[in-house]
Amino acid sequence: MANHTEATFEKQPMWAGGRSPFNVSYGKLMMWIFLLSDAFTFSSLLVQYGAQRFSNIQSPVTTKWPDPASIFNHFPFMHGLHLPLLFVSVMTFILILSSVTMVLAVEAGHRNSKKEVQRYMLYTIVGGAAFLGCQAWEWSTFIHEGARLYGNTFGITEQGYKHLSSVGFGDHFEWAIGDRTNGPVPFAALFFIVTGFHGFHVFSGVVINVVVYIMTVRGVFERRGHYEMIEKAGLYWHFVDLVWVFVFTFFYLI
Amino acid sequence: MSTAALHVDHHADHHHKESFISKYVFSMDHKMISKQFLITGIVMGMVGMIMSLLFRLQLAWPDEQFGILETLLGKWAVDGKLDPNFYMGLVTIHGTIMVFYVLTAGLSGTFSNLLIPLQLGARDMASPMMNMLSYWFFFASSVVLLISVGVETGPASGGWTVYPPLSALEKAMPGSGLGMTLWLTAIALFIVSSLLGGINYISTVLNMRTKGMSMNRMPLTIWAFFFTAILGLLSFPVLLGAALFLIFDRSFGTSFYLSDIYLEGVGALENIGGSPVLYQHLFWFLGHPEVYIILMPALGITSEVISTNARKPIFGYTAMIISLMGISFLSFIVWGHHMFITGMNPFLGSVFMILTLIIAVPSAVKAFNYLTTLWKGNLRFNPAMLFSIGLVSFFISGGLTGIYLGNAALDIQLHDSYFVVAHFHLVMGSAAIFGMFAGIYHWFPKMYGRMMNKTLGYFHFWLTFITAYLVFFPMHFMGLAGVPRRYYQFTLVKEFDVWMDVNKLITVSAIVAGFAQLLFLWNFFYSIFKGKKSEQNPWQANTLEWSTPVERIHGNWPGEIPTVYRGPYEYSRPDREEDFFPQYIPDESAPEVLQPEETQKAPSEKEEETVETSVFFAAIKRVFGLS
Repeated sequence: MANHTEATFEKQPMWAGGRSPFNVSYGKLMMWIFLLSDAFTFSSLLVQYGAQRFSNIQSPVTTKWPDPASIFNHFPFMHGLHLPLLFVSVMTFILILSSVTMVLAVEAGHRNSKKEVQRYMLYTIVGGAAFLGCQAWEWSTFIHEGARLYGNTFGITEQGYKHLSSVGFGDHFEWAIGDRTNGPVPFAALFFIVTGFHGFHVFSGVVINVVVYIMTVRGVFERRGHYEMIEKAGLYWHFVDLVWVFVFTFFYLI
Repeated sequence: MSTAALHVDHHADHHHKESFISKYVFSMDHKMISKQFLITGIVMGMVGMIMSLLFRLQLAWPDEQFGILETLLGKWAVDGKLDPNFYMGLVTIHGTIMVFYVLTAGLSGTFSNLLIPLQLGARDMASPMMNMLSYWFFFASSVVLLISVGVETGPASGGWTVYPPLSALEKAMPGSGLGMTLWLTAIALFIVSSLLGGINYISTVLNMRTKGMSMNRMPLTIWAFFFTAILGLLSFPVLLGAALFLIFDRSFGTSFYLSDIYLEGVGALENIGGSPVLYQHLFWFLGHPEVYIILMPALGITSEVISTNARKPIFGYTAMIISLMGISFLSFIVWGHHMFITGMNPFLGSVFMILTLIIAVPSAVKAFNYLTTLWKGNLRFNPAMLFSIGLVSFFISGGLTGIYLGNAALDIQLHDSYFVVAHFHLVMGSAAIFGMFAGIYHWFPKMYGRMMNKTLGYFHFWLTFITAYLVFFPMHFMGLAGVPRRYYQFTLVKEFDVWMDVNKLITVSAIVAGFAQLLFLWNFFYSIFKGKKSEQNPWQANTLEWSTPVERIHGNWPGEIPTVYRGPYEYSRPDREEDFFPQYIPDESAPEVLQPEETQKAPSEKEEETVETSVFFAAIKRVFGLS
C-alpha cells in the first residue's frame, strides 16, 4: 500500500493528502503509535515503583530499601562468590547484542538478502531466548533467597541491627529467615511485576521474531518484494531493549 | 494487509457475494463495524438507563414496596425493596456502562469508524482486521460486564472508580468478590479494544487522507476523533498499569494499595506499606482525559451539525482546532482536582486548581464559537440540529459549575455531594449523549440509506431535553445543602427530609426520560427497515461522505476517490447560487487542487526535502491561522 501511494503521489506536498506525511506505511506508523502507548504502560509501572519506594518514609529502618548489589550477587556455577550485578550485566549485554543482530537483519532486509536476514533473525531469537533463560534463573535464585510477593526478607543484616539498636531503633523491625530482618514490603513484589511485565514483552518479541523468521524462510517477504515486516519487528525489539535499560537502572543500579 | 488494501483499490466496484457471517458478524467493513458499535452501545445504554431508574425508585420511595422489583430481581429486592448491596452495584455498573461502554465505545467507536474513512476519502480504515478485533474485544468486554451483574455475590459495587481498599479486599463487601474480578476482566478487554481502535484511527487520519485533504481541510469531527484517539492511546495504558497492581493486591497477596486496614473491627490485616492514594492518582490520570474522550467526539459532531444546519461556515475553524488541542493537552495535567480531599499538599492543590480553571478558556472558545455560528444563521431545525443546540446548552450550564468545583476550597465542601453528580451528568453525560443523538439523526441516512422520522425526533428531543434538566438541575441545590452521593437512603437523616419531594420529582422525570428513549428506539429500528428512502445528500452538506452512493458499498466510492478542493464549511458563499459548496466539487476559476505556493514543477530530489519542510510549516501556520 505504502509503495503504491508513494509511487502515485510522489510529488505531492507532505500534508496535503493523498500520501503519508511521514513516508511510512500505515503498518509501521501503527507500530510507532503502539510503542508510544506501551511506553505509557511502562511509565505507569515505574511511577508506581518510584512512589512506593520514595514516599514510604515513616520509619527509617523498615523502609530502608535493600541494596541491590548485595542481593543480586550470584552467578551460575560460582557458588559462594560475591559478584555484585555481574549476572544481570551479562543479561543486559545479551539483550543489547540481540538488538545489534536485529539491526543487521533489518539492514540485510533493505538489501533483500534473504540468507542474511535469516541468519541474523536466528541470532536475535537466540539472544532473546537466552535473556529469558537468564531471567528465569535470576528469578528462581531470588525466590530461593526468600523473595515473596507479600513480604520482604531483605532487611537489615545482623551488623546493621546492632548498630541501629544502639541508636534506639531496635523495635522497628522483626527477624526474618536467615540473618536478616524484614524490609520494605513492596521491594520484591515490584521487582517481580515490573521485570515480569518486561519479560512478557521479551517473550512476545521472541514469538514475533520466530513468526517473522518462519515467514522469511518460507520466502513470504521475497515474494512480497520487501522486508518491511522485519523493520516492524525490529522497532518492537529495540523498544523492549530500551525499556530494559530503564528497568535495569531502576531496579539494579539505583 | 497491504494486499487487502490494494485489493480494495482495484476491485471497489466489483461486488462479490459475501456470506452472512462475513457481512454482518465478522465484518471488516468500517461502516458495518460502526453499526455494530452503535447497536451494542444502544443496548448497553438501555441497560445503564434501566439501572438508573431502579436506583432512582429507591431514592424517591425508600420505604415503598414494589412487588414488580421482587419478580424482576429476586433476592436483590426481597419484599420489593432494593437490597443495599445491589443498590451500590447498580450505581457502579450504571457509571461503568455509561462512561466506558456507551459514551466511549458507543460514541467514539461508532462515529470514528463511520466518519474517518468517509470524511477523509479512504476506502476503509488502515487495518480493517484490527478494526474488527477492536469491536469483538469490546463485545466480549460488554458480555463479561453484563454477566457480572448476574453473579451470586452481585456485581462490583465500590463505585465506577473502584477505589481500593473496597475493591482490593474480597471481604470488604459482597461485590468485591467475583463481581470485581469480572469487572477488571471486562475493563482489561475494553482497554485492548480501545487501543486497537485508537491506533487505527490515528494512522488512518495521518496516512489515508485523499488527495487535497490537507490537515486544515479536515472536518472538525475528524479533528475531534483524532485528539480523542490520542487521549485514549496515552491514558488507557496507565489504567492498565493500575489495574495490574490492583489484580496483584486482590489475588496474589501484594500490598501496593493497602496499608493498616482494620476489617469489621477484627485486628489489622497483614497488608502494610501501600497507599490507596497512589491508585487514585493513576486512575485519574486516565479518568480525567476520559471525560474528554467522552465529550470531544460529541463536540466535533456538534460543530459539523451546527454549521451544516445554520448554513454558515463554522465560526473560527482554527480556533476550534486549537481549543481541542488545548483541552487535550490540559486534560493530562489536571487529574488532581478529583483528589483535593485526599490530603494533597495545598500547594499542589492550587497548581491543579489553576490548570483546571485554565480549561475554561478553550471550552469557552468552543461555546462562543457555537453561539456565533448560530448567530444570524439560516437555521434548519431538524432533530440533529436541536440535539446539537441542546449539547451547547448542557455544555454551558454544566461547564459553569465546573468552575466552582475546580476551586480546591469549594471542592472540599462539595466533593462527593449531589452537586458533583449534577455537574458531570450535565456537562459530560447529557451533553455527550445529546451529541451522540445528533450524530445518529444526522448520519442515519449514511448508515442505513433511510431517514428517521422527524416528528418522533422532535418529541424525543423536547422530552429528553426538559427531563434532563428536571433530573439534574435540582441536584445542584441538594449538593449545596450537603446531600452526599451514592447513599442508599436518606430517611435516617432528618435534615434531608426536605429533599424528599425533590427526589420524587427527579425520579418521575427520569421515568419520563426513559419513555422518551423508547420513542427513539422505535424510531431508530423502524426507520432501519421502513424509513423514508434517503437521497444522496439529504442535508446539503459539504463533506465527502455525502458524495458516496446511497446504497453503501464496500470501498465506499464506486470509481475514483474524489479529490478535495476546499475546506469543509463553505456554506452560503456569496459567489455561489447554492448555499453550499461541497469539498469534492472543483472550483471553476481555479482548477488546481493545491494552493499556488504548494504546486511545484517537479523539483530535484534534494530540493524536494526543503520544499516539503516549508510546506509542512506552511500547513502548521495555516492550522494556527498565522497566514
